Amino acid sequence: MTSRILTRRQMLLRGSSVLGGLLLAGCDRLTNAPSFRRVLEGAEGLTYRSQRLLLGSGALAREFRESDLSPVFRSNGTSFPDTDLYQRLLEKEFADWRLAVGGLVAKPLNLSLSALRAMPSRTQITRHDCVEGWSAIGKWRGVQLSSVLKLAQVLPHARYVVFHCADSLESDEDTYYESVDLLDAFHPQTLLAYELNGKPLPVQNGAPLRLRVERQLGYKQAKYLIGIDVVAGLGGIRGGKGGFWEDRGYEWYAGI
Amino acid sequence: MEPTVIYRHSVVTRVLHWLNAVCVLLVLMSGLQIFNAHPRLYWGEYGANTDPAFIDLGGQHAPGQKAFPQWATLPSWQDLAAGRRWHFFFAWVLVFNSTLYLLVSFVNGHVRRDLVPSRVEISPRHLVQDLRNHLRLRFSSRKAPGHYNTLQKLAYLVVIFGLAPMMLITGLTLSPGIDAAAPWLLDLLGGRQSARTLHFLTAMLIVLFIAVHLVMVLLAGPLNELRSMITGRFELPPEKTE
Repeated sequence: MTSRILTRRQMLLRGSSVLGGLLLAGCDRLTNAPSFRRVLEGAEGLTYRSQRLLLGSGALAREFRESDLSPVFRSNGTSFPDTDLYQRLLEKEFADWRLAVGGLVAKPLNLSLSALRAMPSRTQITRHDCVEGWSAIGKWRGVQLSSVLKLAQVLPHARYVVFHCADSLESDEDTYYESVDLLDAFHPQTLLAYELNGKPLPVQNGAPLRLRVERQLGYKQAKYLIGIDVVAGLGGIRGGKGGFWEDRGYEWYAGI
Repeated sequence: MEPTVIYRHSVVTRVLHWLNAVCVLLVLMSGLQIFNAHPRLYWGEYGANTDPAFIDLGGQHAPGQKAFPQWATLPSWQDLAAGRRWHFFFAWVLVFNSTLYLLVSFVNGHVRRDLVPSRVEISPRHLVQDLRNHLRLRFSSRKAPGHYNTLQKLAYLVVIFGLAPMMLITGLTLSPGIDAAAPWLLDLLGGRQSARTLHFLTAMLIVLFIAVHLVMVLLAGPLNELRSMITGRFELPPEKTE
């Protein structure tokens, strides 16, 4: 009797460990199957739509006090761009740097740093949430993206704003880029920031200009900006997913 | 003597139990994948590498070494993007599952009839008796055969109405979008990094529940218990003569 119970128990244990192993191997294989990947990616649309419903256009990210600031604002991704373009700009302390605003706009712009600094600014203390899990609180000052877009006059069939950067994490041609929808682009807290914690933006945090989209994760906050393109769709640009990390499997909507 | 077989679990309970089991396993393992990307937990609103950790499971400083091993994460290799895809997809499935489970269980009386203990059951005397029965590995009451015993009811209630909602609330607070829509969540939980710490600790309590749950199934007669959760039919233990 005892031996039979033991066999039964062993059978159960062995069975469940085999089943567990199969399940895990199966999940790994599913991860690499494009059709299943698309099913998983379906959740992003649900998240995007439900958050847009909840947020409306106006909800602001929480703003903090000076006493809430992180002692050190961590740098992530590129901390010192080694592209020739960036090195040349840095050498002249960004005197030759220009932000090219183009695409679906009535008046393309070419803005110098001093031109941006001469525009009305906004200062905000916000929390930066990295996709890895950490957070840092920093004080940003910059121009609202909406002011620049109004100046350039966005055309009616525009849907997204694409940001081009001077840094690259892999090969030199594969520079960083990002994109947001018009709702986030015209959000009052969406800044082209040139100051962090009261000082000109340090190189490791994106000098001379970076994006702040406060209701999304860190990888949306593109650093080392050199160009802005207003577009109708993201499909034809680079990997087609709307950003450097998006082309590598991350969500385009990073509000979660 | 022929054993008595009763109909123990409704079809809704059974289907949702297994759907939940799969979803919980998947969100748990993909959650550990996400955790491995930054295996330090903080208390408060912010927290990054140079800030003091509340809990530090290390692994990020030594290359190739991770806080949770390959067999515990989904996918098994390091891939934060894929881990997030799995996590959010099955978190959504869990939201639909749980809503359906709660709706049906309140309407068909499962909560009131099977889960909420009676006043007699939660009296200290009865609880001590129930604990004693557990220690003697007697899980089925002679007076109410096939019904959950009191400690079991309490454990299920804690998971359904305590830990599960806590996972949802702490998880939502990790979303910068939700934080903008409902900043009171940050005040409730003491900040985003506190929410992340609570999300992790609550997940570990659920792991503890699952471990105890599985041990109890093994001790109470795994084949009979499994059958009752698959077909609904449960064989009552034979009457013991003492």
